Amino acid sequence: MTNDAKGKGGWPLFEVFIRSKQGLSHVHAGSLHAADAKMAIENARDVYTRRNEGTSIWVVPSDAISASAPEDKGTLFDPADSKIYRHPTFYTVPDDVECL
Amino acid sequence: MVHEASAPDERAEQFDAWVADENKVEPQDWMPEGYAKTLVRQISQHAHSEIIGMQPEGNWITRAPSLRRKAILLAKVQDEAGHGLYLYSAAETLNVSRDQMEADLMSGKAKYSSIFNYPTLTWADVGAIGWLVDGAAIVNQIPLCRCSYGPYARAMIRVCKEESFHQRQGFELMMALSQGTPEQKAMAQDALNRWWWPAVQMFGPPDHDSPHSAQSMAWKIKRFSNDDLRQKFIDMAVKQAQALHIEIPDPDLKFNEETGHWDTGEINWDEFWAVVKGHGPCSRERMANRRKAHNDGAWVREAATAFAAKERARAEKVAA
Ligand SMILES: [Fe+2]
Ligand SMILES: [Fe+2]
Repeated sequence: MTNDAKGKGGWPLFEVFIRSKQGLSHVHAGSLHAADAKMAIENARDVYTRRNEGTSIWVVPSDAISASAPEDKGTLFDPADSKIYRHPTFYTVPDDVECL
Repeated sequence: MVHEASAPDERAEQFDAWVADENKVEPQDWMPEGYAKTLVRQISQHAHSEIIGMQPEGNWITRAPSLRRKAILLAKVQDEAGHGLYLYSAAETLNVSRDQMEADLMSGKAKYSSIFNYPTLTWADVGAIGWLVDGAAIVNQIPLCRCSYGPYARAMIRVCKEESFHQRQGFELMMALSQGTPEQKAMAQDALNRWWWPAVQMFGPPDHDSPHSAQSMAWKIKRFSNDDLRQKFIDMAVKQAQALHIEIPDPDLKFNEETGHWDTGEINWDEFWAVVKGHGPCSRERMANRRKAHNDGAWVREAATAFAAKERARAEKVAA
């Protein structure tokens, strides 16, 4: 995702996302070069789903992705560290009460 | 993670501490130049090996003895193409273009594993490659799944998942031959005779002759030394050869009670270096084939580019 998507004269880079059989979200599988989106999907099938890994493919031009900057990691994610009451394990409940 | 704003020598220190602590490095993170350079060299070499590695086995696809074996071999060789592509993508995250890597391979500037410069003379060689060459690759690649560089580690996880079939189909093929007619068994033995030492050499030069290893280990790119990985492979292969009832071509091979490992005879490093320098039995042929395939495919790439441009122009016209 970092390099300029078009290596000189080469085809643009696409990021590939695959939805697995279990019906979960599309997950990033990797990237590949292709002349256009249609070819990117065809190639993604061969490169990333040779063993029934997927039921659906998304391809996105790599340069269309905006990413958070590594130096913002603290500002973005540290505030969640102190909010432990967002997790079920924060609460003490009696062992013998069921379905909690 | 290293802070962009830190002073230069502080950054290097922070980086070393970060990887020493088993954290991952991602493409946008700051990293020492040497770290990126080492990775580009190693990952692109690895990618080239997967791509060139299709040739020795590809040589037998049209002559596989049954439809079953043909389908297996075709799938295996296709996997290797996939491995090359995963790895090229990983290297590209370090700002080296695919075009540049391909150009370096075809000009001979970039190296690939010396094992692929040996010929596949008989059908048994397909079995020996799967069993020994993919077997050695697995030993090498499993620790790379924990490499400090995220994109490389993720590519290796994908590769390792697929390699196990490669090794097993090779072993199964060797087993079929070694349990077959005397001629078939002789073929399996002959293949082992020719592939054993090149496979042992796949782990690279001995530790005392491997100058970059220490830095790679400190950066957690490498996890084990060449000699440690080689020993692991030898111990594994000796038992497997016994199960196949064929003999490893090394009169000095002996179990060492003290270490609990198998000791081998002298490894011919002169041969290894000669092959690395491009004097392997098939070096020229492999390169010539690669260049020819690239040049023969030029019109396809050009046509696809032109077609994509035409489609884009048409879509824009409709939208306007
Ligand atoms: Fe491979
Ligand atoms: Fe393989």
